Amino acid sequence: MKGLLTALGIVAGLFVVNGLFAGSLVPGVSISPYFLQVICLAGINIVLAVSLNLINGFTGQFSIGHAGFMAIGAYSSAYFTVTFGDRIQKALGFLPAFGRESLLLLLGLSIAALLAAIAGFIVGVPSLRLRGDYLAIVTLGFGEIIRVFILNIDAVGGARGFSGIPKLSNFFWIYLFAAATILVVYRIVHSSFGRTLVAIREDEIAAEAMGVHTTRAKVISFVVSSAMAGVAGGLFAHYLMYIHTNSFTFLKSFEIIIMIVIGGLGSISGSVLGAVLFIGLTEGLREFAQYRMILFSLLLIVIMIVRPQGILGHKEFVTFLTRRRRSIGAAPGTTGAN
Amino acid sequence: MSILRLSRVTMRFGGLVAVNELDLEIAPRQLYGLIGPNGAGKTTVFNVITGVYTPTEGDINFEGESIGGQRCGRITRRGVARTFQNIRLFSEMSVLDNVKVAFDCRQATTLTTAVLRTRSHKAEEDRVDVESRELLKIFKLDHLAEDKAKNLPYGSQRRLEIARAMATAPRLLLLDEPAAGMNPHESNDLMDLIRWIRDHFGMAILLVEHNMKVVMGICETVHVLDYGSTIAIGPPAEIQNNPKVIEAYLGGA
Repeated sequence: MKGLLTALGIVAGLFVVNGLFAGSLVPGVSISPYFLQVICLAGINIVLAVSLNLINGFTGQFSIGHAGFMAIGAYSSAYFTVTFGDRIQKALGFLPAFGRESLLLLLGLSIAALLAAIAGFIVGVPSLRLRGDYLAIVTLGFGEIIRVFILNIDAVGGARGFSGIPKLSNFFWIYLFAAATILVVYRIVHSSFGRTLVAIREDEIAAEAMGVHTTRAKVISFVVSSAMAGVAGGLFAHYLMYIHTNSFTFLKSFEIIIMIVIGGLGSISGSVLGAVLFIGLTEGLREFAQYRMILFSLLLIVIMIVRPQGILGHKEFVTFLTRRRRSIGAAPGTTGAN
Repeated sequence: MSILRLSRVTMRFGGLVAVNELDLEIAPRQLYGLIGPNGAGKTTVFNVITGVYTPTEGDINFEGESIGGQRCGRITRRGVARTFQNIRLFSEMSVLDNVKVAFDCRQATTLTTAVLRTRSHKAEEDRVDVESRELLKIFKLDHLAEDKAKNLPYGSQRRLEIARAMATAPRLLLLDEPAAGMNPHESNDLMDLIRWIRDHFGMAILLVEHNMKVVMGICETVHVLDYGSTIAIGPPAEIQNNPKVIEAYLGGA
């Protein structure tokens, strides 16, 4: 009951903020479109970073193919809404415009999540048998294969890019899914399943010896993470209305890794912080053009020297503030409350 | 009726025969010691029983069913738990969570119940929390429950490894050199603890140990390996005077 009220509160709050930002709620009150776009892209990055942290930070399986799953989500949902959007809107004619568009977006995102999850399963089953560097190389390769594959499908624009995607997602939807991603990952991590994931990160052999089905747990974690990346891709496509495979190169995967490394592997709030910091820095340093990449590398080097575990390390923001020396999943009695 | 029976188990790594046609039989509630000089194949026997390696030849029978070559996690869920020679705790996790992970292999929660926080999931989490704390109390680790495992002193880490193995509710417990690196006082405590575990939980224990005082002090049967083959089986007093064993350890005259 309390959880339901909180959820309704979040939805209502996002709705109001969305209206204020876009200028549709109070006439004359809005923020600049550029700033709004930066905020929205930050939200998409939050979904990507938090979901990647589930497999990289908590399960300890270093995957560098996240952009590939994002691409699958972006292209599949965009193809769906472009091809069937009009027919579905017509069939739902009895609903107001907002309801029709919301349903269409949710359908598109479900397809994005489903297809990205299936791809994650196909990639994960063979590659999660590998460890460390090998897994990283295989996921990197798969990410690129996915991208090049899409690049050669003419139905989604090929090298021209995919245009004419309806603008269905906005601040409200992006941050609603960011909140949902954080909630789902938080609950996974703070459950028995999450404990087994962290145990696999700590010592896979010991975890297996304690009766954990390690391969199964790793694949589940990977599939969930991929599905969330797919949703992020769907939100991305329906926000920018134009997608190109150049947005999903391995550089994008590395950007997401930078976010979670800056914020702290194994910290959900750290990923959020990392995602916001990353986009803040890239946009804030825009006037320095190519020099910002030098600043970025310097920043990464400084973090590696001063704080190799990332800004928040394994801790969450709240425990970080109260300075209690506890690891993830260690807080007793908090498992039932939320 | 034996709880574990190895019949003519052979483990080869390329040309090296680590374990050679080993026969081994452990009765329920038995304290069984496995000793031998370095490189005799003791840890390999452990790894074959717990499914880390698939035996090249031979059959491993646990409670009437063949478990040779099964996955490690599955063998654990059947009731065989182990500790490691070089401590393998989940070092960044709390002491309590280390034990909870081992409890989880008997839980029914799935990803969906965890995300939806169903009532049964909460009940199970609460039950695991209570049982884990009870187990820690038995092993005198309850006051350290919130500490990270890596911050524990050596002796406590050894105890935690045993506690974690106990959380899987085994009927056969395999201890790989539990007294390694312990001082005489600590190893005396350990002997009492092992005996107490057996009497209290009623499980069979297979012990690999270099500390002869511990082995001879608590084991009912001692099994001596050398170069992967059995050279003697019998009660401790008999083994201590066996000329073949003395030769294997001290060299021929």
